[in-house]
Amino acid sequence: MAWTRKILRVDLSKGTCKAEPLNMEWAQLYLGQRGLATKYFVSEVDPKVDPLSPANKLIMTTGPLTGTPASTGGRYSVVTKGALTGAIACSNSGGYFGAELKFAGWDMIIFEGKSPKPVYLWIENDKAELRDAAHLWGKTTWQTEETIKKAHQDPQIRISSIGRAGENGVLYACVVNDLHRAAGRSGVGTVMGSKNLKAVAVRGTLGVGNLKDPKAFMAAAAAGKKVLAGNAVTGQGLPTYGTQVLMNVINEMGALPTRNHRDVQFEDARKISAEAMREKRPTDGKTHLVANSACFGCTIACGRISKIDETHFSVVNKPEYWGANGGLEYEAAWALGAANGVGDLEALQYANLICNEDGFDPISFGATVGAAMELFELGIIKKEQIGMDAPFGSAKALCELARMTAVGEGFGKELGMGSARLCAKYGKPELSMSVKGQEFPAYDSRGIQGMGLTYATSNRGACHLRSYTVASEVLGIPVKTDPLVTEGKADLVKAFQDATAVFDSAGICIFTSFAWSLADVQPQLDAACEGNWTMEKLGEVGERIWNMERQFNLAAGFTAKDDDLPPRLKTEPAKTGPAKGLVNGIDKMRPEYYKTRGWDAQGVPSKETLKRLGL
Amino acid sequence: MQKSLHIDASKCTGCLQCEMACSYENYGVFNLAKSRIKVFNFEHEGRKVPYTCTQCAEAWCMNACPVDAIAINAATGAKVVNEAVCVGCKVCTIACPFGTVNYVADTGKVQKCDLCDGHPACAEACPTAAITFVDSDWTGLDKMRAWAGKTDTAARASA
Repeated sequence: MAWTRKILRVDLSKGTCKAEPLNMEWAQLYLGQRGLATKYFVSEVDPKVDPLSPANKLIMTTGPLTGTPASTGGRYSVVTKGALTGAIACSNSGGYFGAELKFAGWDMIIFEGKSPKPVYLWIENDKAELRDAAHLWGKTTWQTEETIKKAHQDPQIRISSIGRAGENGVLYACVVNDLHRAAGRSGVGTVMGSKNLKAVAVRGTLGVGNLKDPKAFMAAAAAGKKVLAGNAVTGQGLPTYGTQVLMNVINEMGALPTRNHRDVQFEDARKISAEAMREKRPTDGKTHLVANSACFGCTIACGRISKIDETHFSVVNKPEYWGANGGLEYEAAWALGAANGVGDLEALQYANLICNEDGFDPISFGATVGAAMELFELGIIKKEQIGMDAPFGSAKALCELARMTAVGEGFGKELGMGSARLCAKYGKPELSMSVKGQEFPAYDSRGIQGMGLTYATSNRGACHLRSYTVASEVLGIPVKTDPLVTEGKADLVKAFQDATAVFDSAGICIFTSFAWSLADVQPQLDAACEGNWTMEKLGEVGERIWNMERQFNLAAGFTAKDDDLPPRLKTEPAKTGPAKGLVNGIDKMRPEYYKTRGWDAQGVPSKETLKRLGL
Repeated sequence: MQKSLHIDASKCTGCLQCEMACSYENYGVFNLAKSRIKVFNFEHEGRKVPYTCTQCAEAWCMNACPVDAIAINAATGAKVVNEAVCVGCKVCTIACPFGTVNYVADTGKVQKCDLCDGHPACAEACPTAAITFVDSDWTGLDKMRAWAGKTDTAARASA
């Protein structure tokens, strides 16, 4: 089966691990991964729960295509109530961990309660047990992986772990697997840390077999790969330049949020772009980029492996950072760079390494530094409080603040709260560039209007991965829409949100959707999964998942007021570029969107909508 | 024409499609633990290297086998394990200088790459042509072409 039909329930309070059969009725309604794990989560957890209390649960989940040769079929997600947002959280990661979990015979792991002392979960196929992690506590994710592999004398173990940020309560801590892939957003690593769960180590040698129709599946997977290879974005742009292909493109569009969204274009964008990563450095004559890297099963390979300049101030005398390591993705390069006006590629790479090593989200971290720099420039936070001068553009401040945030030292403790709490603390809540407590990613919604609605209505707080209308508004996928207008964006956002929920529930990467529509995924799912997976059914699954998440957030206390953007984006027009003079038209799009969704004026799904979706 | 697996590690991204294809071809499951080709990730150097049997002409494994369980497939040149004959003594795994023949606990026999009867699934599955199946006598052809392309012929043309 595409599903292993088995879930592992780990009671951290009692220290027990129990196998349970997967609810196959739910699998037919919610597919897997994001959808199915969220169904379990909302069925078992009180929406009002404090995210950091033992009553919150955390689910690690695979999809039906995880561990198969469907391109990018190696994804897994971490589902919980987010520490940063208090909303439903689902953070998705690639690497090799997800496939290994599936190969060990598990669709998902549900963690509940809180361990009295640090532990890690060790899974070897059907055997699962909690082990003491006292010796791992205080270690980075890199040290944790190395230590566990050594202890088990098995280099083929795959590990997901938290770093010191997750232990120290940084509210946007992530869960890092395979050294530099991460379930990055919303503070899922913070929840893991609050449970005293340091890591999950898996060795799976059972494999995935018994797909519904293996022959048809292999043919469908091969056809899918052909489409990816032939597409300009997935076949050329992403393999050649990685996601960083976007830096210059988005800057040209006037949609690169700069200096905490004061500006929409960054004068140093080129210096931190994919093109710059491929140029020889004057210092050592080497390129920043070392190699391209794929996650499990991925035929796109957008991942970057980089080597930092050994002479850069951030790593002088720190040879532990000189080796090849996870390179900058567009979002990280933007958040660590343009968002706080830093145009030093090596400094961004250093901060990115610290984020990977100690497990925290570079988007939320970088954007929070941006907010702090604005507060510094306004004279609201003083040099003495931060421990250094921190004006926009200071690479030194960025690097030092990354280290301080990782270990919870001095002002790093305050940065670890995220921008919403930081700005509120200093009496300037409007300076936090966030929705539902989560910082914006790398697209300014004054220059790409649909992204404003995407951010405002995302169920996990501001996020580009819930409906990437950039594809349509910038790249013309599947059809070109005008980025500068609000017309038609409600329908566009709904369509992207519902389709994305299916991709996220299947076990594949959302980046395939640059080339694949649901019509390309459907034959792969239908050949792999029991049941009759038609386009119509998949469409319903996506919409059902979206409304289920919405219901959870409403019950958690969110209202229509939380589907909004910070005043800066609604009142301060873009100063330069094609969007000059524009603000985001969220107040116009929101009511249209609610209507399109079949929700009332307060953003509550109507009885008919819920009934139609079987909720 | 006899053909060989040809590996250009600089093209490997580490996606492991080859490992899945290998296990599926031979065991009908997607299972890296059963793959006869392995991709090694040298993380701190940023290098990924697929590695499998090179089908030695004078195969150590074949010569070491006390029960003649490893034989040459005349059509492909592959050294192939006959599981019906193999007694699982593992002497071949010691004899092989490269470690590419390994014991499979599930079956109690050894296994190694057999070139899939002349249609290697790994090469077919590789999305970046890091693994190709080429003329055994000309595995160096691409490298030669690349160097040939660097030859400066301008001087002669103007002479």
